[in-house]
Amino acid sequence: MSTQAKSFALAAETAAISRGYWSTVWMRLKRDKVSVFCASILLVLVMIALFAPWIAPYDPSQGTMMKRLSAIGTPGHWLGTDELGRDMLSRLMYGGQMSLLMGLLPVFIAFVIGTALGLLAGFFGGWVNTLIMRTTDVFFAFPAVLLAIAISGALGAGFINAILSLTLVFIPPIARVAESVTTSVRNLDFVDAARASGARSLTIIRVHILGNVLGPVFIYSTSLVSVCMILAAGLSFLGLGVKPPVAEWGLMLNTLRQSIYIQPWISVLPGLMIFITSLCFNLLSDGLRGAMDIKR
Amino acid sequence: MFVFIFRRFLFALPIALAVAAVCFSLVHLAPGDPLTAVIPADAPAEVVIAIKEAYGMDRPLWIQFVSWVQRAVQGDLGVSVATGRPVMGDIQLALSNTLTLAFASAFLGFSGGILLGALAAVYRGTWIDKAATAVAITGVSVPHYWLGLILVIIFSVQLDWLPSMGAGPGGSANWAWDWAHLRHLILPAVTMCFIPMGIVTRTVRATVAEILNSEFVTALQARGLRRPRITLHIAKNAAPTVLSVMGLQFGYLLGGSILVETVFSWPGTGFLLNTAIFQRDIPLLQGIILVLAMFFVALNLLVDVLQTLMDPRIKRS
Amino acid sequence: MTSVLRVQDLKKYFPLGKDLFGRPTQVVHAVESVSFDVKKGRTLGIVGESGCGKSTTARLLMHLIEPDEGRILIHGKEYGQIGGRHPLSELRKQMQMVFQDSYASLNPRLTIEDSIAFGPRIHGVKEVQARQMARDLLERVGLNPGVFIRRYPHELSGGQRQRVNIARALAIQPEIVILDEAVSALDKSVQAQVLNLLADLKKELGLTYLFISHDLNVVQYISDDVMVMYLGQVVESGPVEQLYRQSAHPYTRALLNSVPAQTPGTRKDYIVLEGDPPNPIAPPSGCRFHPRCEFARAICSEKTPDTVRVEGEHRAACFRLPQSAGHQHYIALQEVQDDTTH
Repeated sequence: MSTQAKSFALAAETAAISRGYWSTVWMRLKRDKVSVFCASILLVLVMIALFAPWIAPYDPSQGTMMKRLSAIGTPGHWLGTDELGRDMLSRLMYGGQMSLLMGLLPVFIAFVIGTALGLLAGFFGGWVNTLIMRTTDVFFAFPAVLLAIAISGALGAGFINAILSLTLVFIPPIARVAESVTTSVRNLDFVDAARASGARSLTIIRVHILGNVLGPVFIYSTSLVSVCMILAAGLSFLGLGVKPPVAEWGLMLNTLRQSIYIQPWISVLPGLMIFITSLCFNLLSDGLRGAMDIKR
Repeated sequence: MFVFIFRRFLFALPIALAVAAVCFSLVHLAPGDPLTAVIPADAPAEVVIAIKEAYGMDRPLWIQFVSWVQRAVQGDLGVSVATGRPVMGDIQLALSNTLTLAFASAFLGFSGGILLGALAAVYRGTWIDKAATAVAITGVSVPHYWLGLILVIIFSVQLDWLPSMGAGPGGSANWAWDWAHLRHLILPAVTMCFIPMGIVTRTVRATVAEILNSEFVTALQARGLRRPRITLHIAKNAAPTVLSVMGLQFGYLLGGSILVETVFSWPGTGFLLNTAIFQRDIPLLQGIILVLAMFFVALNLLVDVLQTLMDPRIKRS
Repeated sequence: MTSVLRVQDLKKYFPLGKDLFGRPTQVVHAVESVSFDVKKGRTLGIVGESGCGKSTTARLLMHLIEPDEGRILIHGKEYGQIGGRHPLSELRKQMQMVFQDSYASLNPRLTIEDSIAFGPRIHGVKEVQARQMARDLLERVGLNPGVFIRRYPHELSGGQRQRVNIARALAIQPEIVILDEAVSALDKSVQAQVLNLLADLKKELGLTYLFISHDLNVVQYISDDVMVMYLGQVVESGPVEQLYRQSAHPYTRALLNSVPAQTPGTRKDYIVLEGDPPNPIAPPSGCRFHPRCEFARAICSEKTPDTVRVEGEHRAACFRLPQSAGHQHYIALQEVQDDTTH
């Protein structure tokens, strides 16, 4: 066959190393300075939170009333002390544990559940779709903040309840995105080709749909982490999240709020941490979106 | 198109009912008895039963729901467990304050967002674009309750220019359009305008940039149209998308004001909701969430209908 | 010769639009009473303008969508989910399909190897063997396995991807291959290569093809028999030479006229196809072609012509053919010939 010879020739031209989708994304992300910078900051914050027990200079729950509300720059307490005389630097380090967990965990759980629901709705269509998507419509009738606060408010304060209510807030939007992506992927010819091969629905979802749906839904979910961080800290700020004396940025902001007339800038610190983290997550999510947007 | 609008109306009804069901079931999410706040811990059993009967809590759940919806439709949301006053009156007063705040922030946020977004789209790649994008991303990343705190520290604590608490002099909860009241509005409104401003900036930038890239703008320029006419064309094409985003954002302002209202002790629905949560005043909690969610449902409906009327491309039949 | 594939009275309607209560307001008659036979080892070409129901017919045959009425028999057996029928998985082993869009029909996240090996794996072939099959098939469709096996679809050209799609269809070792506009999106030169490949494969593997295309030259080149569809109906069918030489239906003739001549200076008929095909939502009454037909008479808009034999296996549905009109509406064949020669 002469065509064979031709394709061999063509092959020689295009003999560059073949790369999978995710490794291409990774390459592109590494080239984006903003993303790398934000990822490094987040990595540092996570490390500090994880290793807080070893690197924090003081016990975050032990304070001296004598040293209440020392100013920033006080020797020994470089970021000052809070209203109970506890070291701010140590509390901020420990606070990262809860704040990061409460920002990431609900989105992660919602990602798993929402993707599953959206996949089912998008792939099977019909009454399955109607049932799942109409239910999410009901939750869409509540603004996110209101829904989170309403559920938390009814359930009562506490870490588990806060996680639960935030997860419930993020399932519907993720399910909606997963459903629309699944519907568009399902209509592509390769899914028909797979069905024509005799594959069962579950195999098609696993091999052909999931890989094409996870990416877009993942980007979308990363953009929710920042919202979740702010909401989680907001719940604590209202007294609906973790309970004292646990160190958590939102709760610290709440208790220090009473001291703005004495040491205003100390009360700003926990919020600054929330802001930096949420900003980095947002920028990283934008970078990821750009890196994953690979044209044919 | 009118079929679509009618269908959309019909579709909103079951949603509204389902929303009511969610609000109603909040009572049963709550641990313990919803009446703990009124029943003394050491009350004898007969008294407990009598109180339950008085509140209708002894009947089957679905009957409670039906009668609750029936009364809610007539504007009766029950009586506050904490104050004994009808819930509806308190909510009405608070809602008017929340609406004042939401309109003020929406005005600031939307006008700022449209301006920044349009500038960024026209001057793409320049420092103006970068600055607008930075403002946008900061707007959506900043915890607004913290921003409020910073504004209080600067303008109330340090400079002593503006009040940090309440909606009027002497903790007045009744709004009036005079300087004494307006001074109280500035800080919370500025605090709350950042999120809608960030999101509107992003939307306007993306939408206008897309339109500017499209061939029909080139065609208009080629036909020698003046800039104001072209601007009008762009505005007409961008309006449906931007409008729907703004509608949603206004809804979030109403529902999301709780944190800012708490920071500034603004006597709105959010502040009331906070009170209800901490006094475990379930009828009040239910009522506020129901009213806000219904506002949101109605707003979504309005935006959809407006969008259909405005955008000739959407043929939803 | 025996029929491998026999289709009887196939019908498919699609509901469209919704009224206030969610009931369909309109129905598209996508496929209307289509019947045909395909003999073993032959190629049936299906031609028609876009929207005539060619691709819907293909998807119906594959059971990717279920027909509303009609029977699809392979070696006399009916497949499907309805009780008593043979399971669909059996059908999949006998009939495969190649789609028009070479990119959309390959999963962008899978390597070429995984895409080809997917089918055999489904049918229980061990992984090592399935991979070996993928390599052999790539070789067979003219792509060097050493170079292409680990690649992703976006790294291939359109022609290469379509070769992969052919390999993927063959991986299940089917008897019948449906080629739905399989070469339409390719450049002319690449098209010729792929057509040659298809012809070679057919000979080597004893395949039976259903070749769907809007391109009459391509259909003429590859087909043994041709079937012409118009708005969901078969208007003419028969052996390729006969049908192209002596087309009996005005639509077929008009289609042939719209094709650029292969040899310059060849005399062309005068029938020209004007306008677009009518809306399949509200097909014209009677003969569906009558609004565009220059021979249309009163009867054409009143009654649907029967399909009648022109000569041998050559059949058509037109009132200008004597038997189609019935006795009362007899139109002399002579008159028809007069019409075409002036």
